[in-house]
Amino acid sequence: MPKLTISSAPHIRAEHSIQSIMLDVLFALLPAALAGIYFFGLKSLLLIATCVITCVAVEWLYQNACGFRITVSDLSAAVTGLLLALVLPPQTPWWAAGTGSIVAILVTKQFFGGLGHNIFNPALIGRAFLMASWPAYMTTWAQPAGLYSHDWLSLTDAVTGATPLALAKTGQYTSQIDLFLGSVGGCVGETSALALLLGACYLLLRGHIGWQTPASYLGTVALLSWVLGENGFFTGHPMFHLLAGGLILGAFFMATDPVTTPLTGKGKIIFGLGAGILTVVIRKYGGYPEGVCYSILLMNAVTPLIDRFTAKRRLEAGK
Amino acid sequence: MPSFPGGIHPDDCKGQTRDRKIEKIPLPDKLIIPLSQHIGNPAKCKVKVGETVLKGQVIGDADGFVSLPVHASSSGEVTAVENSPHPQGKRSPAIVIKTDGRDQAVKEFGLQRNWEQLSVHELIQFVKEAGIAGLGGAAFPAHVKLSPPPEKKIDLLLINGAECEPFLTADHRLMLEQSEEILQGIRILLTILGLENCLIGIEENKRECYEALVSGIRIKGLSGIKPVLLPVKYPQGSESQLIYSLTGREVPSGGLPLDIGIVVQNVGTAAALFHGVARNIPLISRVVTVTGAAVRKPGNYLVPLGTQISRLLEFCEADLGRTGKVICGGPLMGISQPTLDAPVIKGTCGILLQGSNFSADTEWGNCIRCGRCIRSCPTLLLPVTIAALSRKDRFTECREYGLLDCKECGCCSFVCPAKIPLTHYIKLAKYHLLKEQHQQNKSGA
Ligand code: SF4
Ligand code: SF4
Repeated sequence: MPKLTISSAPHIRAEHSIQSIMLDVLFALLPAALAGIYFFGLKSLLLIATCVITCVAVEWLYQNACGFRITVSDLSAAVTGLLLALVLPPQTPWWAAGTGSIVAILVTKQFFGGLGHNIFNPALIGRAFLMASWPAYMTTWAQPAGLYSHDWLSLTDAVTGATPLALAKTGQYTSQIDLFLGSVGGCVGETSALALLLGACYLLLRGHIGWQTPASYLGTVALLSWVLGENGFFTGHPMFHLLAGGLILGAFFMATDPVTTPLTGKGKIIFGLGAGILTVVIRKYGGYPEGVCYSILLMNAVTPLIDRFTAKRRLEAGK
Repeated sequence: MPSFPGGIHPDDCKGQTRDRKIEKIPLPDKLIIPLSQHIGNPAKCKVKVGETVLKGQVIGDADGFVSLPVHASSSGEVTAVENSPHPQGKRSPAIVIKTDGRDQAVKEFGLQRNWEQLSVHELIQFVKEAGIAGLGGAAFPAHVKLSPPPEKKIDLLLINGAECEPFLTADHRLMLEQSEEILQGIRILLTILGLENCLIGIEENKRECYEALVSGIRIKGLSGIKPVLLPVKYPQGSESQLIYSLTGREVPSGGLPLDIGIVVQNVGTAAALFHGVARNIPLISRVVTVTGAAVRKPGNYLVPLGTQISRLLEFCEADLGRTGKVICGGPLMGISQPTLDAPVIKGTCGILLQGSNFSADTEWGNCIRCGRCIRSCPTLLLPVTIAALSRKDRFTECREYGLLDCKECGCCSFVCPAKIPLTHYIKLAKYHLLKEQHQQNKSGA
């Protein structure tokens, strides 16, 4: 008589796992990371390495210390690290990046119960924390150098300047083609819309993210930034606002973070709408030139509420 | 092609057996015939230990309207009436027969009837007497569906040839090899229901079955019967999903297909019905797909009901040393067996042997709220929410989220990247709720 296993149906499972999904996300972020290294040089690579290694190490140490199951192999900490690095200015000091990583993993994720239990996106909290703690570092921007420039390997501060969004506050608009390709000042992974969209397409095709949040988020920002233009209603620059800053990264990689955003399609659309309104309001009326980070964090906070009111209709609720 | 919302696309894994003709297995020396092989009241035993029975003889009487008689699958001596292993899990009363090898049948067995001259009442009577339960797995007595209360107007018959569970090919072979019997069975069903039209839903990976039925219809000059190809998507063969795919109608929550004027029967049931009504051969055998990596002779076998799984596997040369799990039914809804002593019954569509290296789902991760379970649920429920409430013993709240509409199809568990056994927790909540209800009813009475 063989030893037979008894278990509840179903007896087969899909091949994907949390690990394989996270691996896909890392893969999708690769173009943006490479673009960041290309435009800002070696220091971007070091920044990425600092964040990823710190995030993974902190998770491992904490779980070991508490006697929890070690879950670093699910790669979610690595994703957080990479995302955090991509939303930091290229010359953020290593110790600041490391501190941000600790806040992201330890405070935002592990203290809330680990993967799946965090309310806020860890990478964004890490960034918000750094913004509040060392605003000077967080608003000094390197201008892109590129491979051909002699200072690609330089680790010292490059020429600094304002970001396109900061410039826009003074009425100067960066060219859209520069914004699209990424040769503008900004965070490591935010500058090249092209690289980000490549990764986003991959995630969409693999079914890891839905179209709902990005579509409603980007749509709202485009519409509102046009309506609330500088020279009166309907005079805004929607294309500029779509391409500038971290909107594309935020819309496809942060606002789609499954853990901290609504479960259902309807909820995801509401989430995108809310984040879109907040982004434009912050960019236009707020003290910061960039509104993506805070808009998503604020929407994270209302996600449980959105989930509550968007429970799905049942198919068989009547004819 | 029309389809329902949600659902999943597991690999169909049917290659191992789809081209294997239905083969009869030799008569086992012992049959265990449970009195309960259908939904509803178990049959009442009408034989005694020591009695000799003949093939096709009624050995258990139907007990009420939602019940069926059971028949001896072969001739021999009743050696026991006792609690025996049952493929649904629990042990249950069964009649044990030691076969005599002569396979001698009762004298009316195989008697041809010109069914076209029978009244609807007589036809339904014969369906019941033949002990016909749905052969798709749920085993609902066929005659009950065919006698709708007068206020329910039935306007359409649907035949389920979807066979959407991976690995299973019993219906596939049946549609190829017995398309004529199936079509005759459908005509009987249409006559009973007083209908003209019927749709047969078949998944696209069984195109040859579709063609066999289409040509059968043409040759016989039948009108009103229309096979329809459906996309390959699990659970296409679930009653509500089949109805939605073929007609766009939705079964109301807590309701039945007949509430929206539809009767659904499985292809195998149609064939069995033909044998029962027109040939007077009661339901005493069925086609079972035996498959899996550890089976050396996988195939589709015609098995006398009551044959123990162990005997069937012996015949199929299963390598039990390499087997980790034996499943009665398909991999998504089937039941894993603690013992191989349980018999094949009316609802047993397949026996699947998983290797000893299958992934045991003892360890699972945290929910990452990815929503895959929600997107896959064909009933549009929130499996993640229901399962989470169930894990906290908040069963009444589960109900508010539509718990009782869950079809237990397993899609949500299948897609969950964290491998959380969602379906298991949902079933658990159902079990607790129904138990509570039962106790309330008892104390109220
Ligand atoms: S098992 Fe129930 S909850 Fe899960 S997908 Fe199927 S119907 Fe939906
Ligand atoms: S599929 Fe699994 S991980 Fe995803 S939401 Fe459902 S329960 Fe959570």
